[in-house]
Parts: sequence; C-alpha cells; structure tokens
Amino acid sequence: MTVAEALITPFADYAFMRRALVACMALAIGSGPVGVLLMLRRMSLMGDAMSHAVLPGVAVGFIAAGLSLWGMTLGGIAAGLIVAVLAGAVSRNTLLREDASLAGFYLASLAIGVMLVSTHGNSLDLLHILFGTILAVDDPALLLVGGIASLSTLVLAAIYRPLVMECCDPGFLRSVGGRGGLYHLVFLVLVVLNLVAGFQALGTLMAVGLMMLPAAGARFWAREVASMAAVAIAVAFASGYFGLLVSYHFRAPSGPSIVLVAAGFYGLSIVFGRYGGLLSGVVRRRHFYR
Amino acid sequence: MSAATIALENLTVSYARHPAVHHLTGSFAPGSLTAVVGPNGAGKSTLLKAIVGFLKPDEGRIVRGREIAYLPQVAEIDREFPITVGDFVAAGAWTRCGGFRSLRIDVGAALGAVGMQSFSGRGIGTLSGGQFQRMLFARLILQDAPVILLDEPFAAIDARTVADLMRLIGTWHAAGKTIVAVLHELELARAQFPQTLLLMREAIAWGATREVLIPDRLAVMRESAMRFDDGAEICTLGGAA
Repeated sequence: MTVAEALITPFADYAFMRRALVACMALAIGSGPVGVLLMLRRMSLMGDAMSHAVLPGVAVGFIAAGLSLWGMTLGGIAAGLIVAVLAGAVSRNTLLREDASLAGFYLASLAIGVMLVSTHGNSLDLLHILFGTILAVDDPALLLVGGIASLSTLVLAAIYRPLVMECCDPGFLRSVGGRGGLYHLVFLVLVVLNLVAGFQALGTLMAVGLMMLPAAGARFWAREVASMAAVAIAVAFASGYFGLLVSYHFRAPSGPSIVLVAAGFYGLSIVFGRYGGLLSGVVRRRHFYR
Repeated sequence: MSAATIALENLTVSYARHPAVHHLTGSFAPGSLTAVVGPNGAGKSTLLKAIVGFLKPDEGRIVRGREIAYLPQVAEIDREFPITVGDFVAAGAWTRCGGFRSLRIDVGAALGAVGMQSFSGRGIGTLSGGQFQRMLFARLILQDAPVILLDEPFAAIDARTVADLMRLIGTWHAAGKTIVAVLHELELARAQFPQTLLLMREAIAWGATREVLIPDRLAVMRESAMRFDDGAEICTLGGAA
C-alpha cells in the first residue's frame, strides 16, 4: 500500500468518507475556538457535563420522532440550554458553586436520558445516540453541522472582545458596566449548539472530545487566545482526518478513533509543549541579553 | 451636580447584617484628592465597592455620575490568561468603544506614561508585581473617567513604583479628576493627599488632611478598632428597626 493509498484513496473512493471528513472540518471550526474559551474560563468539565445533559432531550426527540435528525437536534438543544440556565441560576442564587450544581444536573439528566432511550428503544439505538455514527452522516446532517459551525464562528467573532474580557478580568467588565452575564449566556448557547453538532457525528458521550482535547493541547503551543483557537481548529481537523483513516484501515469505530487521535496530540503536547510542557523546563534555551 | 461628585447620604452597607459602613453621610467634592484611612475592617474597601456598585446599600443612597474607574485591591484577574499587555490595557477604552466598535486608541502613550513602552507585546503572566500594577494604571489612563477609586494601590509595591504612580495620580488631580484612594501609609496621606476620610465604620473625621490626621482622632480610631460584637443589638438609627 502506497502512502497515497493509505492517506487519500479512502476519501477518493467513498462518498461516506468524504462526508465524514467535511463533517469533521465543520466540527473543528465550530468547536475549536469554543473549547479554547471554555478551557480559559476554567469550565472544561462544564463542557463534559453539558454534553451529557443533552442526552435526555435527544431521547425525548427520539421517542417523539424516531431516529430523526431534527427531532433529536431540537430536543438536544432544548435540554442543553435548560440545564445550562438552571445550573447557572442555582450557582448564582445559592451557596453551591457552578461546578457542583452542574454535576448534579448532568448526572440526573444522563440517568433520565438512558432511562428514556432504553425503555423506548433497543440497545442499538442507545449506542447510536451515545456514540454517534459519523460514517452515516447524510446531507441534512452535514448541512446542520456546517450551519452550526458558521453561526458559531460569526457569533463568536461578534462577542469576542467582551467575552475575552469576561474571562480575563470579570471585575473590570462589571466596573465599566459591561454585561458579562449576557455574553456568558450567549457563549453557553454556542457551547450547547456545538455539542449538538458534535453529537450528530460523535454521539453525546464523545462530542465533547473534539471540543476539549484540541483546546487543552493548544494551550501548550500558543500564547494568545486567537492563535490558540487556530491551533485548536487545526488539531481538531487533523484528529478527524487521521481518526477516520485509523477507523477505515483498522475497522475501528470512528468516534473513538477520532477522539483517541486528539488524545494522542494532547499527550504529546503535555510532554513536548513549547509553553509549560514537561520538557520545556528540561531543555535549556539561552536567555536574552535583557 | 457635577458628574465628578460622589455624595453619600446616610449610607449603611453590611455583611450578614453587621454594618461595615454605618450611617455615613458626606461627599467627595469634584476635583478632590482624598485618602481613606482606618484600621482593618473599618469598611474602607466596602465603601469603594458600594460606590462602584458591587455592593448594595442596606440603607441610604449614593449619588454619583455614570462613569467611574475602579482599581480593586485584589483584582479578579486571571494572571495566566493568554493576553498581551497591549490588548489588556486597550480594554480601558471600553466606555468609549464598547464591545464592538473599532479601537482607535493609543495604547503606546498610556504604557509610556507608566514607563512600560516596550511591554506591549509581552504576556501579562510575565510581569512582576510592580509592573502589573503599572499596567493596571495604564488601563486607568485609557479609561479617562472623571472619578477614580483606588483600593490600596500601593500594597506590596516598591518605593520607586509608588513614586511613579503617585506622580501619575498628581497629574490626574491637576486635570480635575475626583480621586479616592484607600491607604494604609499615614505618611503618604499626609504628604500627598489634601483630603482625608478617617473611617471606622462611621466617619471619625472627614476633611483637610492636616486637621483629620491628628493624635486625638487617631487615638479614637485605635480604640474603636476591631469591635465586632455578635450580640450587638439591632440598630435603630435612621428610623429602620
């Protein structure tokens, strides 16, 4: 097998591989920057929690409309937003911090979701919803994922400045009358939308993988938010590409393959990362004159 | 009333019903430069937080203009956040440019005024404590607000930085801004601040520094410091019970 056969032929020969690759590209563009901001807000686990919170909504959509794209998508978005808003309200109005309140909500929603799907469908449906089927992404699903990525990019560009300020110095934004809470809410909507897009391809359990792993790895390679987001997008897309190839050549499930490639990059970044990686303290570089 | 005046009317701000600022009435005149001094727990930071709007008064009210620049004692800044000094300082223009309009501002001049011209491209995580404080002052310059509140701006800062930043405060004062600074160093207040508010929950004295920071009043302050009584009775001043 030549290099070209290994790297290009699968995509040239099969339409489902091409569609999967395009879906990964759209996911990378949408989820990469959102993941970076989630990480910088110290909300990495929140992404995880939210992806689980999407499940009962997807399940209700599934019960109402079967394995239909729109039913499950709308259900997922609704459930994600409800949990995000409820968890935010609990943390603002009670003693509980956001991480604890989210943990409570997402455990409950995960249980409700699994309960709903297993009483109303069979275990194959449950697997499909939990782990997704990127190789079965059809044109409507592709349009949905692409549409969400476009919307997410546009909205993020619009609220970029206040959002970055809200991450970096929330007290300052409050003191100048910036409505930090509003941007936070808009950002949460973006998180939910991207997770639902990811769910189409990777399933509710894996969707957050393409969002957080490239972002966490990118932290080691860039020193500004914008460049970090660019690294995250590139890595997420590369993970999609190589993950699909792994899945194709070794007949492995596609979702876990993609997430594992991203995890591999994350591991390499921890060790070799230019800024703050394990070896960055070992390799002495000559210091500047001043 | 001028946008640069801050008037306090019977202001009470409390934590768990124990007042940190108690029935305080008075005003910071436009263009005044006031030091707020007092022992720990005297309500100095609380007063500033109430003025900027972070804490709600239990009683009374604060009359102030819309635009206020505030330097907190411990800023909630994520020092490891990946942002350059230039971008961070540029945020000072928020009140004029908001979140969306283009930033047509001179960050270089503001950085120059605090002696950090060459730091624009550096990450904020690489700064020392003194440099960080200088950077926060550069952001205050860009904010260009008529009222500036500083909560312990010189805590754990080297003498040279204090001197530089104090000069900057002098130019703000000369430009007619109203400045209120919480201080611990009485000498600095005596030397540089025309007005002083000696605070111990209530105003022990408020006026010209040379008349406020006198031995009798400082003795009152020391005597009443740190009285915190769990069995305190409910205050009936101001008609509320």
